[in-house]
Amino acid sequence: MPTDTRLAGPALHLADSLWQDAAVKFGNTAGAVLGFVGLLLAVFFAAGRATGRFSRPLAIVLMLGPAIVLLLTGLVVPLLRTVVLSFLDADSAKFVGGKNYGWALTSSPIHGVLLNTLLWLVIAPLAATGLGLALALMVDRMRGQAIYKSLIFMPMAVSLVAASIVFKLVYESRGAGQNQVGLLSQLAVALGWDDPPNWILSQPLNNFLLMAVLVWVQTGFAMVVLSAAIKAIPDEITEAARLDGATGLRLFRHVTVPMIRTTLVVVLTTIMIITLKAFDIVRTMTGGNFGTQVLANEMYSQSFEQYNYGRGSALAVILFLAVAPLVVYNIALLRKERATR
Amino acid sequence: MSAQPTLAPTEAAKPELPPVKAVRRSFSSPLASALVVAVTALWTIPTVGLLVTSLRPKGDVASTGWWEAFVHPDFGLENYRSVLFDNSFGTSGGLMPYLVNSVAISIPATVFPLVLAAMAAYALAWVRFKGSDTLFFVIFALQIVPLQMALIPLLRLFSGGAHLGSVTVIPALNLKDTYLPVWLTHTMFALPLAIFLLHNFIAQLPRDLMEAAVVDGASHFKIFRSIVLPLSAPALASFAIFQFLWVWNDLLVALTFAGGNPTVAPMTSRLAQLSGSNGSRWELLSAGAFLSMVVPLAVFFALQRYFVRGLLAGSVKG
Repeated sequence: MPTDTRLAGPALHLADSLWQDAAVKFGNTAGAVLGFVGLLLAVFFAAGRATGRFSRPLAIVLMLGPAIVLLLTGLVVPLLRTVVLSFLDADSAKFVGGKNYGWALTSSPIHGVLLNTLLWLVIAPLAATGLGLALALMVDRMRGQAIYKSLIFMPMAVSLVAASIVFKLVYESRGAGQNQVGLLSQLAVALGWDDPPNWILSQPLNNFLLMAVLVWVQTGFAMVVLSAAIKAIPDEITEAARLDGATGLRLFRHVTVPMIRTTLVVVLTTIMIITLKAFDIVRTMTGGNFGTQVLANEMYSQSFEQYNYGRGSALAVILFLAVAPLVVYNIALLRKERATR
Repeated sequence: MSAQPTLAPTEAAKPELPPVKAVRRSFSSPLASALVVAVTALWTIPTVGLLVTSLRPKGDVASTGWWEAFVHPDFGLENYRSVLFDNSFGTSGGLMPYLVNSVAISIPATVFPLVLAAMAAYALAWVRFKGSDTLFFVIFALQIVPLQMALIPLLRLFSGGAHLGSVTVIPALNLKDTYLPVWLTHTMFALPLAIFLLHNFIAQLPRDLMEAAVVDGASHFKIFRSIVLPLSAPALASFAIFQFLWVWNDLLVALTFAGGNPTVAPMTSRLAQLSGSNGSRWELLSAGAFLSMVVPLAVFFALQRYFVRGLLAGSVKG
């Protein structure tokens, strides 16, 4: 079909209606934002005229109230509701005790999911942190380091969905004899492997290929944070160690690593938390099929595809119990680090 | 600067330590430089591949790898036009409505929590009352709750309202074709981190200034508007950029509350679906993915400083 006729006739109207649709949506959005700001200004103006002993409580209620109400309805109450739902059946009609938890921890299809989640939790953060540390050590004295840092950090800006699609193209596979269009397959062919497998379907390799996406995204984060920590080591310490004859790896092991240990653990736990909660990569690349399912995606599938609210809630609670100690530990470390600086 | 969650005003004023370090010296060799260049190339090539694919004609994309385009260059924007406006992927109107939704979701979902959190942070820091410290700590502690813990109850709240026994607390509203559930969920989940970060900043504003304003008879609302907001601009900007990109890139909230509904669903949600069902139409999928990446990449390269600061501060959110 020639390109120049495409926008004729009905297609032209379609394009018109698209712009109309966009105008309406942007209008609604602008209205919501302006209405919100306008309402606040009006309330502030009226409440600002109040004087005497009511002015202080009024200020507290009006400024803190909206946030408190939203936090209660959006976080606190749902949190408790989810705990309750996890003890009810699929339709939340009947109390079933710990049945959902029993299913989540002992049924055989879930074992693969838990094992995958554990693999993700160990491998992806360690790989990203290790690579980030190596890069932080190597990049700092190079000419044009800002460019290298930007390019490695860049994946952090895009969504995990987009990152997954980027890598789906890398892993794309064609049958033997056809031109390969995926970079990985092409590399395999170039190295003499005539019929490379369909990567995404190859278990258990596909799990590691999916983790590579998260490593690709998180390495830049680890590098930037660790690079800053290394720069903050006082000169006297490294100089003293060097006068004592420490160089290269020994200096690294006995001076650098102990000096940045807290930051290292913070980076590691931060990426662990992200790993546990992220379901985007698995959802976009395999949908949890081919033996790649993880906890966060199973929670979504049980809740919003199987509509089993009991099991979905039990998985959410398990996820919460896994994430919460990590976050508490992470925050405690951050406070400690801030206190010592 | 480290990963500590702070946007404290003193941070930028810290003196820079001399950059020459023995450790780094011993790690900088031609080999190390070559390794960095290699990793950078490895990190960049996949994105370049996607970009090149999105610019190639449909037939070429299906028959040869994107690297062939450097031998037989044939580039154009036809895929972008097609994926945006044609009835591609079985969607009437292509991805255009979803791109519009992404913008229409992200801006209010940034403004709402920003303003509400700044108000709350000011009240907690400067209008102190009995229990304000405890309240601040409770809000701070809510950061440990993962989004997943609230999805099912929130979905039920938005579709069926809230009831205590037979008493209706919140009526069932028909919100299915509006952005409200997505806006509200993002706002609710942004608040703990936003209040924490902005409180750190606002609490450190000069006490003299605040007291002088009170002596002059200014109300708390006036102080908030004319002193706190302007002086907090750097912290507000960092958080705004972080939150905007968070919402723009979010999949979980989008998929749960908007699904694939072209009236309200953003790009991420549609792309994740297409990647499963139309995974081999690479000329369209690559153009669609790149469209969704343009905004974050532009923000990243234009505002890198703020971006890194905001991102480090918010890295455990969610």
